[in-house]
Amino acid sequence: MTRAEAHAAILAKFPDAIVRDGREGKEAGDPYLVVKAERLHDVVKWMKEDPGMRFEVLQCLSGVDYGKDLASVYHLDSWTNKVTVCLRVELPREKPEVASITDLYGAADWHEREAYDLLGITYTGHPKLVRILCAEDWVGYPLRKDYVFPKEYHGIKNDL
Amino acid sequence: MPPTAPPVNPANQNQDLLTKDTILLTTVEDFVNWCRRSSVWPLTFGLACCAIEMMAVGATKFDIDRFGSGPFRGTPRQADLMIVAGTVTHKMAPRVKRLYDQMAEPKYVIAMGACTIGGGPYWKYGYHVVKGVDLVIPVDVHVVGCPPRPEALLEGVFKIQDLMKREKLLDRLRTYHKRETYKGAGNAAMPAPGTPGR
Amino acid sequence: MSPELQSPPLAQPRAPGDVRTEEMLLNIGPQHPSTHGVFRVVVQTDGEIVLDSEPHIGYLHRCFEKIAESVDYLKVTPYTDRLDYLASMCNNLGYCLTVEKLMGLQIPRRATRLRMIVAELNRVASHLLAFGTYGMDSGAITPFLHAFRDREAILKLFEIICGQRLNYNYVRIGGLAEDAPPRWLDQVAAFVDFFEPKIDEYDALLSYNGIFIKRAANIGVLPAATAISWGCTGPVLRGSGVRRDIRKDEPYLEYDKVEFDVPIGRGEVGTLGDCWDRYMVRVREMREACKIVRQVLKDVPEGPVMAPEAKKVLRPPKGEVYYRIENPRGELGFYVVSDGKDKAVRIKCRSPAFCNLSVLREIAHGCMLADMIMIIGSIDFVMGEVDR
Ligand code: SF4
Repeated sequence: MTRAEAHAAILAKFPDAIVRDGREGKEAGDPYLVVKAERLHDVVKWMKEDPGMRFEVLQCLSGVDYGKDLASVYHLDSWTNKVTVCLRVELPREKPEVASITDLYGAADWHEREAYDLLGITYTGHPKLVRILCAEDWVGYPLRKDYVFPKEYHGIKNDL
Repeated sequence: MPPTAPPVNPANQNQDLLTKDTILLTTVEDFVNWCRRSSVWPLTFGLACCAIEMMAVGATKFDIDRFGSGPFRGTPRQADLMIVAGTVTHKMAPRVKRLYDQMAEPKYVIAMGACTIGGGPYWKYGYHVVKGVDLVIPVDVHVVGCPPRPEALLEGVFKIQDLMKREKLLDRLRTYHKRETYKGAGNAAMPAPGTPGR
Repeated sequence: MSPELQSPPLAQPRAPGDVRTEEMLLNIGPQHPSTHGVFRVVVQTDGEIVLDSEPHIGYLHRCFEKIAESVDYLKVTPYTDRLDYLASMCNNLGYCLTVEKLMGLQIPRRATRLRMIVAELNRVASHLLAFGTYGMDSGAITPFLHAFRDREAILKLFEIICGQRLNYNYVRIGGLAEDAPPRWLDQVAAFVDFFEPKIDEYDALLSYNGIFIKRAANIGVLPAATAISWGCTGPVLRGSGVRRDIRKDEPYLEYDKVEFDVPIGRGEVGTLGDCWDRYMVRVREMREACKIVRQVLKDVPEGPVMAPEAKKVLRPPKGEVYYRIENPRGELGFYVVSDGKDKAVRIKCRSPAFCNLSVLREIAHGCMLADMIMIIGSIDFVMGEVDR
């Protein structure tokens, strides 16, 4: 299966869930699909479980701050069909919320915690959504573009 | 012309046949310092990349055992020397401090690598990196490099040995008080802002 | 020990004769001689049996991703070095290949071949360290000394080409920092000749040592399905019998032109997917790496090592790209989002050890406390890469 075929299959199955097909733009790099946040879980579940798709691996989950919007980007892999598909969910800055896919992939657990930690994206349904990399009482979401570096932390100066 | 030894005053010579040539006289201080500096036991305390070089120092080619510092201890209570090898982050800083407090006096600290000296490559954008371990604990010797070569770390250990050699037993009390300023300042075992040291 | 375990206690396995034991929360790390860096795991034990464990990471969070989007593309390579500091060459390679893919850069052939050599040598060096420290975890100090002796030989080779023993910053976007000096390739060939027989020595020393097998076999069994679901890659996945290697499946550089095997665990001395299998995959991979280096050495053309387009400030076109390579620890992926400026919008590193480590809780359930150390060692993670 090629990536274009995988895209076509997803578009055929969920015509209403896909906001836009990244291939249509004149961008370099990999094509991607932009998925509606509320349908993401359905799409991923179908991709994992459908015998024709078999996307058994969550390769990478990254939170991205595009400046205006946040996004949660999923790279799913099918080792059977040798194809990778990139799904993107665009989330509003004020209330970034998307359903967790930890019930489908174990790997999503730490990745989602990381995106929550660094970008403040809330994954509803995650069993334990707490900070993973920064200290527990860290303030702010470091990877957001408007993040202000802390002046000090627990009495240790940070801006020397 | 080779230098000749100065003539020895016969009154100072050891006349006792039994102990002749077998007794060395020294001060208690020198003797104690000699013992201590010949077996400096470091704490196994690797944080990041520099720790790999610290392992290299302990391993075959560089072999810190030659200088009496071979036994890397697993617990701070058996160690004399803390080699802070790697980046100290804000999450780790309280632990560093606690380990330091758990070491028995007299204790020494080597800050190994650019990160522990002042943040190193993470100085500017590293929001989560402590900009130098001497904001948290007092440091005796800084070893520069990113990572320092094993030879450089050995040199750092020698510097610590020099420190020990010069140490006066009575001064111990004073250094202890100097370290006291780091202790107990701030909860979570953190130093108060603006502690001396950099 | 402040943070409590969240999950409810599992059903208590009772020893025969129902000896009353007490449940206990035990904290291992972040400073512990055998946690391979600043890694902390809170273990809930019932007597000697591990009921549940919760890894805590982040003690080495060095803000790689923030730095990567704050400096321009060329300046990221020193930081990729420091992600997985045992395999800096491979890390740089992963990042550079990603940006090169985004820009469509063509790399001179000599650079490609040299990259393969340094990447494979670095794989050997990294596995050597894993081998040595794993011996140490199981109570054998001697393998560590042997491994470091041979690792020094590799570091010497790297020092000749780039002047550093660690964190090489040798692979750059567009090629390599420097050409290899004359006769370096001969030295590499000499090293491979010297090193290959040593692997037999390691096998005799540790791999087939009865005590070691007793400690590593049947311990920490990771079924293939769990490994796949948790995104495990590299020796951890292959130890469970899944033949997955990016070098074979999605060849980069010129890996499709060399012949090598992908060793997988076969459960020779115990169950498939136990600690010994994971360990043995690494030892066998060292042999394969030597094989690859030998083949690459046969054909290293003369010529430049840097693409001429890559020497100015880089402004990759707008777009995003995900690319991955096979690191010694597994699949190292970089996800780069560019908006056409000289700084990236986002560089995410999908580090193999991050995913491999997350499976610890699944493996460790029900094992003995003393085996916990063996399991942690067999995953072979580097905290620099887990925490970034
Ligand atoms: S000084 Fe350099 S080598 Fe040492 S821990 Fe920091 S980044 Fe790593």
